[in-house]
Amino acid sequence: MKKLMLLVVVALAGFAPVKNGYEVGDVVADFKLKNVDGKMISLSDYKDAKGFIVIFDCNTCPMSRAYNSRIIDLHKKYASQGFPVVLINPNSAEIVAEESFEKMKEHAKEHNYDFPYLYDESQETVRKFNPTNTPHTFVLTKTADGLKVAYIGAIDNNSRNGAKASKHYVEEAVNELLTGKTVTVTKTKAIGCSVKLKNS
Amino acid sequence: MKRTTFIGFFLLLIGLSVASGQGFIKLAQLQKSINEPGKIKVINFWATWCAPCVKELPFFEKVNSTNKNVQVLLVSMDYDLDPNPEKVKKFIARKKIESAVVILEEENPGDWIDKIDKEWSGALPSTLIVNPVTKKRKFIQGELKEGDLEKLIDEISK
Repeated sequence: MKKLMLLVVVALAGFAPVKNGYEVGDVVADFKLKNVDGKMISLSDYKDAKGFIVIFDCNTCPMSRAYNSRIIDLHKKYASQGFPVVLINPNSAEIVAEESFEKMKEHAKEHNYDFPYLYDESQETVRKFNPTNTPHTFVLTKTADGLKVAYIGAIDNNSRNGAKASKHYVEEAVNELLTGKTVTVTKTKAIGCSVKLKNS
Repeated sequence: MKRTTFIGFFLLLIGLSVASGQGFIKLAQLQKSINEPGKIKVINFWATWCAPCVKELPFFEKVNSTNKNVQVLLVSMDYDLDPNPEKVKKFIARKKIESAVVILEEENPGDWIDKIDKEWSGALPSTLIVNPVTKKRKFIQGELKEGDLEKLIDEISK
C-alpha cells in the first residue's frame, strides 16, 4: 500500500508543471545561507526592511567586475531607505574552483562589502530564483502576503559605463516602490556570464 | 541566381570579419545572415572575457573545417564591455581561429537580445543553429560538451 502511495506521489510529481524560477509577482520563500563572515543570514533577520535588492553575483565574471562599484553604490543609496543589497553567489565551486567560499571571503574583503555575500552550497535557493547570468538582480518588496518579486533583470542598460546608462532599472524600480507606485519596467535582459550550477 | 547572391553576401560577411578589417556587424546584418537561404547556420555568441566560451571554441572550429554543409559564424559580444576591436583581433590571431568572426556593434543589449532569440537570457556562451530549408531553429544556452554540436547539427539536418 505504502509502495502504491509512493508511486502515486512520484507520478503526480512527474506531472507537476515545470517552474523556471520566480517570476514578477511571485512570493519568495525565505532562506538561511552562510555569509562570508561565517554568520547565517535570512531575509527575516531584517525587521525594518521594506524590501531587498537581491543580486546573484560571483567572484570571477568580468561582467560582475564591471558592475562591482555600482552594486556597492546601490547599497549605499538604498540600505538606509529600507532596501539593502544582498548578494548570493549562484555558481558552484565544483564547476569553477574560484567560486569557493574561501575565495568569496577574499573577494568581499577586497571590495569592502558592507552587505552580505552569501554562499549557497546546496544551490536550493539559487534554483528557486533561477538566475541565468551574473549579475542578475531580483528586487523584492514586502507585502501583506510576504516578500514579492517586483523586478528581475539588469542593474542598468550600459555595462561598460554606468554613468552613461540611459536607464537605471534597479534604481527606478526601487524609487517607484519607495513612493508607493507600481514598478513600470519589471523585466529586462543583459549580456552576462552563464550561471554554473552543479550536476547540470 | 539566388545562390550567387547568397554566396556573394556571405563573402561580404567574411570580408567584414575581424581578421581582415574592423569586423563590426549591426544587428540587422546579423539577422539577415541568420535567415539567409543556403547551408545550415551555426551561430555562436561568445566573448574573449568568457572562459567557458573560449573553452568551447575548438568545437566550432572543428565543425567549420570538417562539415562543408554548415556555415559557422562566431559572433563576439565584446563590444558590450569594450568598444575597441583590438582585443578580439589579437585573440583571433593568437588562437588561429579560421571560422568567420564578427563583432556585434550595438548598444543596450536589453533592446535586442529577444530579437536574436526569445529564449536567450543574454548569458554567454549561447549557440543558435538554423536550418534555412526547414526553418527549424535550436537555441542552446550554456557551454557545449564535445560531440554536442555534431548531434545538434544532425538533428536539425533531418
